[in-house]
Amino acid sequence: MTAKKINLKDFLINNGIIVVLVLLAIFTAIKQPSFGSFDNLKNIALNVAPRFIIACGVSGCLITRGTDLSAGRIVGLSACLAGTLLQKPGYSGKFFPNLPDFGIWWVFVVLLICILVASLFGLINGLVVSYLQVPAFIGTLGMQLIVYGACLVYTNATPIGGYRPAYTEVAKGRLFGFMPYLFLIALAVGLVIWFVYNKTPHGKYMYAIGGNEQAAEVSGVNTKKTKIIIYVTAAALYALGGFLVGAKSGGSSVNMGMGWELEAIAACTIGGVSVNGGIGKVSGVLIGVLVFEILKTCLQYLGVNTNYQYIAQGIVIVVAIALDIRKYIAKK
Amino acid sequence: MAENYRLEMVGISKSFPGVKALDKINLKVRPGTVHALMGENGAGKSTLMKCLFGIYKMDEGEVLIDGAKVSIANPDDALHKGLAMVHQELQPVPARSIAENMYLGRFPIFKIGPLKVIDHKTMNAEAEKWLKDVKMTFNPKAKLGTLSIGQMQSVEIAKAVSQNAKLVILDEPTSSLTDNEVEALFRIIRDLKSRGVSMIYISHKMAEIRQIADDITIMRDGTYVGSWEVADISDEEIVKQMVGRELGNVYPPKDDYRTEETVLKVSHLSSIHERSFQDCSFELKKGEILGFGGLVGAQRTELMEAIFGMRNISGGEVEVLGKKVEIKCPKDAIGDSVGMITEDRRGNGIFGCLSIADNTAIASYRNYTTAGVIQRKKVASVVKDSIAKLSIKTPNDRTQIQSLSGGNQQKVIIARWLASNPEILIMDEPTRGIDVGAKYEIYQIMIDLVKQGKSIIMISSEMPELIGMSNRIIVMCGGRITGEVEDSEATQEKIMAFATKFDINKTENNSKQEVKS
Repeated sequence: MTAKKINLKDFLINNGIIVVLVLLAIFTAIKQPSFGSFDNLKNIALNVAPRFIIACGVSGCLITRGTDLSAGRIVGLSACLAGTLLQKPGYSGKFFPNLPDFGIWWVFVVLLICILVASLFGLINGLVVSYLQVPAFIGTLGMQLIVYGACLVYTNATPIGGYRPAYTEVAKGRLFGFMPYLFLIALAVGLVIWFVYNKTPHGKYMYAIGGNEQAAEVSGVNTKKTKIIIYVTAAALYALGGFLVGAKSGGSSVNMGMGWELEAIAACTIGGVSVNGGIGKVSGVLIGVLVFEILKTCLQYLGVNTNYQYIAQGIVIVVAIALDIRKYIAKK
Repeated sequence: MAENYRLEMVGISKSFPGVKALDKINLKVRPGTVHALMGENGAGKSTLMKCLFGIYKMDEGEVLIDGAKVSIANPDDALHKGLAMVHQELQPVPARSIAENMYLGRFPIFKIGPLKVIDHKTMNAEAEKWLKDVKMTFNPKAKLGTLSIGQMQSVEIAKAVSQNAKLVILDEPTSSLTDNEVEALFRIIRDLKSRGVSMIYISHKMAEIRQIADDITIMRDGTYVGSWEVADISDEEIVKQMVGRELGNVYPPKDDYRTEETVLKVSHLSSIHERSFQDCSFELKKGEILGFGGLVGAQRTELMEAIFGMRNISGGEVEVLGKKVEIKCPKDAIGDSVGMITEDRRGNGIFGCLSIADNTAIASYRNYTTAGVIQRKKVASVVKDSIAKLSIKTPNDRTQIQSLSGGNQQKVIIARWLASNPEILIMDEPTRGIDVGAKYEIYQIMIDLVKQGKSIIMISSEMPELIGMSNRIIVMCGGRITGEVEDSEATQEKIMAFATKFDINKTENNSKQEVKS
């Protein structure tokens, strides 16, 4: 091991946001001791779980120098879709009054339906980005509106509630009475994604496309296929995220998931996924989501007005990306 | 010698880290003449022009305009002093009007209070006047993008004239023009000449120099060779002066490992673009290093990229290892056992932010997977072997490739293809921008490969390298194959003659001089 000189400036450029937020968390814990309570930490962890799954999806798009602005709306659509199909038998405002009362397996079928529907939108995203070569920013912006519209048409903008206990149990239940399912599902997703990113050719191709798309093509990478897989996988993860969020909140509406794509992109960037492509780790995505969630909770605990919270979040996003770009410039 | 010169550049020198790009260059342009500036690729013509325009700062030497010493800070300053350049690759704004392009950065304006407003009426009228001046009758309000490249060039020249340029530099102006457009351009040049405007004309085309130039200055490897009046120097002499250098002892001893087996047969391959490669046929033997020579713009890269599936073809066939193949993308080519090291290492070679290991293994992951999972150990050992075999200098295989030197980056890309193990390897300018030591190592690797029965196509713009490394050399010019020589008979003069053999397949041969072959 060679002795590494730790350069304070480089360290701050690389980890500035995280340092500031750790300080903020400590400050909050001192001012409001309940911030550090087990309940609150558990609460943060449960909020992080679905957001982490969604951010994992977005990370693939970002690593290939793309983005996915339709993420939040697909989350919303999936939550609504699941909600309408999993209402209690006797519930008065049932979306499908004649839907038979299937057994517990129906919950899994519905999850599959959500994933399939979302994957279809993801497939369109992938085709538009790879074959039509529409910039991902624009292509998925269009998709954001399309999915929102589809959700409005489907639900007729009525809020959905009265879920079957089997569905809400997915979010509230625990394995052996202490390990929340939500947590386990997120962990499983993280492991699978980590495996795909690091151990499979697909993952290597993804980083290669982000590093230099033309070089990837010259090296025999099927860049179009790789990108399509990424956008489909991403959409499938949003669907899973939406399904869980719906279960967690016990109700859903068309506004569910609004703006989540920006939160996910911000979290990825804070966690070191480069907007210049080619760089990003699953562990980084987790840290990013965690940091972002802690920021929101700190602001709540410090009694900052909700309106100001948006401003603070916005500043964090811009600063995170500015610092990311600085890393890139410094290397030139 | 009390002759007046429009422009004098005296003793210009310029060094870059490790290279002396220009060494005491002289260039003297008389008023109202066309002065041809010639030299091989990399002779320093562009660098000299960049020094003149203040893009590079010269280390030594002085510039005089009409006898007065000047110092030029930047291209804008050059313009004020009467120098204008028409670039080889024009950089116009095609979506805006002709007039706007001509007046970009110096729009006529009028003021409404503190508000500056562009005076479109004056601008269009002025533009029209100057276009007429060069015998062009375009509507100045038309979008520039609707013009052909040749017409855009005329607009550039009109722009130069409108700025009162006393000296216009034309950098390979005819490289993308049709014959008619060349005629039109020459009319404009003659007209400007009669009005006392001087021009520096950079070109490789001998016939054009004969037609249009008065004087000629030749450069070679950044040094000044000499200046002549065009009438006083023969074509053979020009070629000789351009290439007249000795082959150094920089190539490993080579043997002939060629066999009778044909591994690649290309028949009548033509690009979908008329001005790119057309009707190219050649064969590559097993164990051969086949050199491809030619000047910049000869379309060698385009031909090879088409064979590798990066460009579209309109006709022709490719046979690899005796069977006809259809290559639509590089993935197909790799499947057919063809690899390619591209010319633009940064643009489509390296993955800057990825590790050496990833850069090496990217083209061969599909060979090293079980049930869709990468065989980590196998890949690691392949990478380790390559780093050792090619003596790539790096702390470890996780180092980002962008932190390596150019030569080591190139070796990593070679390692990528060694790992993927193709029968045929196309190397486009494999030693460009690499220091001498690394060059020698790359040459050695090439010889090792043909020794093992692989076959190599090498594009090179450096003639000594072509002659030093190839078993056989094919020369291209203007998109066509114009000649072929065995290495035993190859001389720089011969290659240069083929490389400047324009118009070979055209009915009207407007060159007065026969180019000897």
